[in-house]
Amino acid sequence: MVEHGDIRVVHCGGSKINFRDPVITHDSRFLLCASGEAVKVFSTSTEECIHELRGHTGLVTGVLLRPSNHLQVYSSSLDGTLRLWDFTDGILIKTCVIGYPIYSFYASAKHENVIFIVASMPSDKRAERFQLVAVHLPQSGDQMVEAQELSAVLSGVNPNPAAIAFGRGGEFIASVNDLQLEVYFFKKQKSFRFFLKEDNKKGGWNTFTCVACHPKDDCIATGHEDGKIRLWRNFNHNKEYTYSTLHWHHSAVSSLCFTPEGTNLLSGGVESVLIQWRYNQESERDFLPRLGGAITHITVSPDGSLFCTSHSDNKITIIQSCVKVSAVIQGLVKGDSIRTDLMMDPRSKALVLNGKPGHLQFYSLQRDKLLYNLDIVQQEYIHESGLQQFEVVKAAFDASGSWLATVEERHQKVAELELNLKLWAFDEQTQSFVLNTTISAPHDAQITAMCFCQATDSQTTLLVSTSKDGHFKAWQLAAPAHTEGTDDEGPSWLCDFVSAYHGLVPECCSFSADGSLLAVAFQEVVTVWSPSTWELLTTLSQPPGAVSDLCFGRLSCSKYLLGTTASNLLCWNLLTCSLEWTTSMDVRRLVADPLSENMAAFCYQSGSTDLFVFKPSEPRPLFSHKAVCSGKVTQAVFAPREEMLESCKESRQWLNRSQLYFLTQQMDLMTFTTKAEEDRLLASSKQLVIDDSVAMTPFYLLLGKHRQQQLEHQDSDSSLWAERTALPQTSASMKELLQTPAHVLPSTSYLCSMFVQSLLISVSDAREEKAHAEEEMESEKEEEDSEEEMESSRSKPELAAAAATESDTPALTKAQARELRRVRKLDHSWLAGLLDS
Amino acid sequence: MASFKPTKIQVYPKLGEKVTQDTLYWKNYKAPVQIKEFGAVTSIDFSPVTPHNFAVTAFTRIHIYGPFSQEPVKSFTRFKDTAYCGRFRSDGQLLVAGCEDSVVRLFDVSGKVALRLFKGHTKAVHLTDFTSDRYQILTGSDDYTCRLWDIPNATELTTYTEHADYIRCGVTSKLNRDLFITGSYDHTVKLFDARVEKSVITMDHGQPVESVLLYPSEGLLVSAGGRHVKVWDLLKGGQPLVSLKNHHKTVTSLALSSNGQRLLSASLDRHVKVYNTTNYKVVHNFDYAASILSLGLAPDDASIVVGMTNSILSIKHRKNQEDSKEVAGQQRRRPSYRVFVKGKNYVPKQDDYLVSKPVKEHLAKYDKQLQRFNVSKALDTALGTYIRFRKPEITVAVIKELDRRGTLKNALAGRDERGLSQLLNFIIGNLVDARFTPVLVTAAEMILDIYQSVIGQSPVVDRQLLRLQDLVKREIEFQKDLLEVLGMLDTMFASSLPRKEVPCSGIGRSNGLTQGEPSTSKPQLQVT
Repeated sequence: MVEHGDIRVVHCGGSKINFRDPVITHDSRFLLCASGEAVKVFSTSTEECIHELRGHTGLVTGVLLRPSNHLQVYSSSLDGTLRLWDFTDGILIKTCVIGYPIYSFYASAKHENVIFIVASMPSDKRAERFQLVAVHLPQSGDQMVEAQELSAVLSGVNPNPAAIAFGRGGEFIASVNDLQLEVYFFKKQKSFRFFLKEDNKKGGWNTFTCVACHPKDDCIATGHEDGKIRLWRNFNHNKEYTYSTLHWHHSAVSSLCFTPEGTNLLSGGVESVLIQWRYNQESERDFLPRLGGAITHITVSPDGSLFCTSHSDNKITIIQSCVKVSAVIQGLVKGDSIRTDLMMDPRSKALVLNGKPGHLQFYSLQRDKLLYNLDIVQQEYIHESGLQQFEVVKAAFDASGSWLATVEERHQKVAELELNLKLWAFDEQTQSFVLNTTISAPHDAQITAMCFCQATDSQTTLLVSTSKDGHFKAWQLAAPAHTEGTDDEGPSWLCDFVSAYHGLVPECCSFSADGSLLAVAFQEVVTVWSPSTWELLTTLSQPPGAVSDLCFGRLSCSKYLLGTTASNLLCWNLLTCSLEWTTSMDVRRLVADPLSENMAAFCYQSGSTDLFVFKPSEPRPLFSHKAVCSGKVTQAVFAPREEMLESCKESRQWLNRSQLYFLTQQMDLMTFTTKAEEDRLLASSKQLVIDDSVAMTPFYLLLGKHRQQQLEHQDSDSSLWAERTALPQTSASMKELLQTPAHVLPSTSYLCSMFVQSLLISVSDAREEKAHAEEEMESEKEEEDSEEEMESSRSKPELAAAAATESDTPALTKAQARELRRVRKLDHSWLAGLLDS
Repeated sequence: MASFKPTKIQVYPKLGEKVTQDTLYWKNYKAPVQIKEFGAVTSIDFSPVTPHNFAVTAFTRIHIYGPFSQEPVKSFTRFKDTAYCGRFRSDGQLLVAGCEDSVVRLFDVSGKVALRLFKGHTKAVHLTDFTSDRYQILTGSDDYTCRLWDIPNATELTTYTEHADYIRCGVTSKLNRDLFITGSYDHTVKLFDARVEKSVITMDHGQPVESVLLYPSEGLLVSAGGRHVKVWDLLKGGQPLVSLKNHHKTVTSLALSSNGQRLLSASLDRHVKVYNTTNYKVVHNFDYAASILSLGLAPDDASIVVGMTNSILSIKHRKNQEDSKEVAGQQRRRPSYRVFVKGKNYVPKQDDYLVSKPVKEHLAKYDKQLQRFNVSKALDTALGTYIRFRKPEITVAVIKELDRRGTLKNALAGRDERGLSQLLNFIIGNLVDARFTPVLVTAAEMILDIYQSVIGQSPVVDRQLLRLQDLVKREIEFQKDLLEVLGMLDTMFASSLPRKEVPCSGIGRSNGLTQGEPSTSKPQLQVT
């Protein structure tokens, strides 16, 4: 039994940022978006994440600027609360408990203190019936309030936030669901409904997908499943309504948005083209093509200067008035399936996996940021559903990270499989991978596994690929074949060796750590080859069950070869060519730590996955964790740490040098952390929050550090600086003053005097000129008294706060004042003397 | 916003031979000048002095051509029968030739009538040559003898009767006046020294020797006979060095390039092969229309002259360096360049703010059409005459791209008779190319699907479809045959190679199967 109380499984970054439409603040400096259980605040200019507004306990389902105060923002969540935040400082102001999971919510300036939420009402017996409910926010100063006044406005609405929109600043609300458009006028308390036929003559689908209302005109734009946009007018009559149709999109319109002045209509869909239609001149339109993944949301900043689109590939693009893309905020792209394994780039220590279609993404785990996308397929991506695209299915790095091998395939129903093996060389100058060799159709059938020879000292790099056609091939970097070097093409990769074993299909392959042995598993038989001579050295087998994963031991355990079958974990000793031990478990993934002997095995057992960390030489596991997550884990990787942990406890030692990351079936990236590490992280994150709104770019950090150093340097030199910094209390109070949000602070007139006082220089020994000083003190006291009187007319809590702050500062401030006056006097006489002379 | 990614044109490995320095060098000749002679051209000899005229022996005449003339500068016609082996003396003043009538004639190059007649042989004289001291003549004859003659007196000096068959070739040393080499149909090559009575070295070639050649250093000797070209080391006493067998018919003539780095051999199989003399690999190959009897190479490789059995003399002149440069210069100076050169050499001053112009990406026409989803037009562009014939890989790449986009059917449909026959023509022309087969088969299937309703309406298209059918049938037959051959080869290899046992230790196998032993060391992995 191994204790693991302080090792926890945690989510690791890469949360969705395209779940709901982002919000741009009034000054266009910040962009807010829902991301998992938090709201992220990004800078629109630097693309950096400035704050994370944390507090919700469920998925955040919406972010909205408060109509009455544009420095505050509401957020709703599935945990049934609405929260009001100050986003510049990242402070939670108010929490409003609704009690029902909120799917989306709306607010308008006309309806003060009313929030419209979409919630599924428990009274409805039918599954998933959603209602639009108006919530009157209670007016009280408490941090935590409970909303009591709820009144249903519309029932049977779509929970999709794009399906409801306010018109003309809140006069009416338009909601679409399925084939019905419903417009509700608040003044008349009357609603109109318009229906469309299920499909028109040409076979298009008329289902509504989104709605947007013109800010000034009586016009509603609706998007449809078949790519049409309808502009509805005259909709305050049930019979005499009219609509016009715009059609450019070839598939569903996913988002519509009017610019604040109503001059343009923006639309986007799966084609990833942002279209700007001129209002009333719909034949004129501007396009912004190839933005990335399918557009899911479009928003416009309140002043209309910035557009912002979110994309299905977890990306937010900020566009300057449809002319050019100014910034791209890219999160970890999570497709439906990660065909490539999780890998570490040995150079950048970044996690590498499938990203956008046809790309590999390099994701920095430390900074939770996507470093870059490497275009593998290098073809124009056609946005069309049902089209078979090239997919990157395998990728491998060599030990030094100077070579990357990728396999892309495209499988069509009728035609044969298209396979490409590409080898990329790392270019030092551009710091990226450059295509070196393309091998089309390297095998006749799908490639099942691929690995590089991991020996660092070997002269030639060797790549082995195994395929379903029953062969495995070794590829080697070879100099150009010309005897007389006429043209410098540089070295390219050639097939060095092809072999098969009794026509069996090889499933996996692995090189030993020193590169002297290659193990290829042909179903039930493991063959061991010598890569130098390509001799079959031995065969190992342990029926029943095909070997699905192979792994050589490392360092002191390099004589062991581990294999997994559907029911067993096997360990062979290569010196005796015999089975060392076996244990029955359904291991889905076996990972070796590149820096130690440790191995991690994920086994699937009754619906959940267990983790064992062990050394091949020792029969007892170092660490085990039951039910790491539900579902199967098929992808995992050990990532080397930047700095080693110093944990002496046996069960934690395996985390010292590297960290284990894995992907669950739900495509969540998880990792294991220890308590000490979490504490350290928490501390560092708090430190970050204190910093002001300047974006935390690496450049800033660098300069900031430099400036700090400079300051320290000056401190040591000049006595003046030394005097200033000798007042820890004042600097702390100053900091507090500057960092507290303005609306929580007492009045400025009060603060001003305090602030000035805090700047004054105190003296260490106040013995000299005591009499004089006392006289001064008298006058000062009077001043303060008068100030306090002024303050007393104000609200009580402020006074209390003021008193509290005053109680620990007055003695010092007076001393400072005294000193200042003394200095002033000295200065004057000295200056006068100077002037006279 | 990413830019449009153009269609990827697959770069296929170049089939056939690689372009090497040698290929470039030996290809740098103009189109051959062909001159009809009166009979088979048996010998070509270049004058050692400028302007390097060459003597061509054909039938009963010897013509002397200038380096650039197509008409003979001079003819010697006073032969009673077929002339053989017209050769210049090292000063280019005298010419000697043998004849079927066994008389050897010596001509002044400027004269017309023979200066001397050397009579003594009893049969046709196929070999004549001057010794390096210029005063003697070597002859070899079908009467199995070779003789040395004194020019001034026209008397016979020595007779060697060591050969047992016709003597058809020979060469005198350029460095030593007493050494000469003869090759005979008795399969031997003999080195004679005029100072002794008999041959010094005898080398067995193995086939009737047709031609011999000495290296400029005269340390190595090359002999040609049968299909073989053999190199002998004379300094090691005639030790065979290399045997080359690159022709499939008798090698008739040998030549050495001017720097001695390349050896040329001509053969009845209508090829001239160029060998590298360091590793004796074939570096280049010339094809001719008929069997080659004689070969000559001008100094500095300025021209290659080949005489053939169909009595045609083919002269290839080397291209001038200046000519090719001029052509390239003309190409570079386009008028458009001159228009845009304005302001290009302007150097920005210190305070100038440089406004960088966005680089306009050049896209091919079909890419522009693909960008606008004009699929039919893109396919039409890719089927344009130039691309279709010169760069079929572009057409195939566009078809592949259309297939990837799922719009190939739309692009192929809706064509008239002309368009369809053009498309079918392309497919018929390239379908069996292994590089294009997978793509074009898909396209062909689609065409059949689309146009099956209109089959029979146009005789042109019907004929092409029948051709396509034949082509596919034939290709399938070929593939079948190939597979059969492969199978045969596999069985042959499997039976011929020694069967190697995989060292699979008995312990390992038993351990794998028995359950008893490993269970003792079974680890206790337990879930907490």
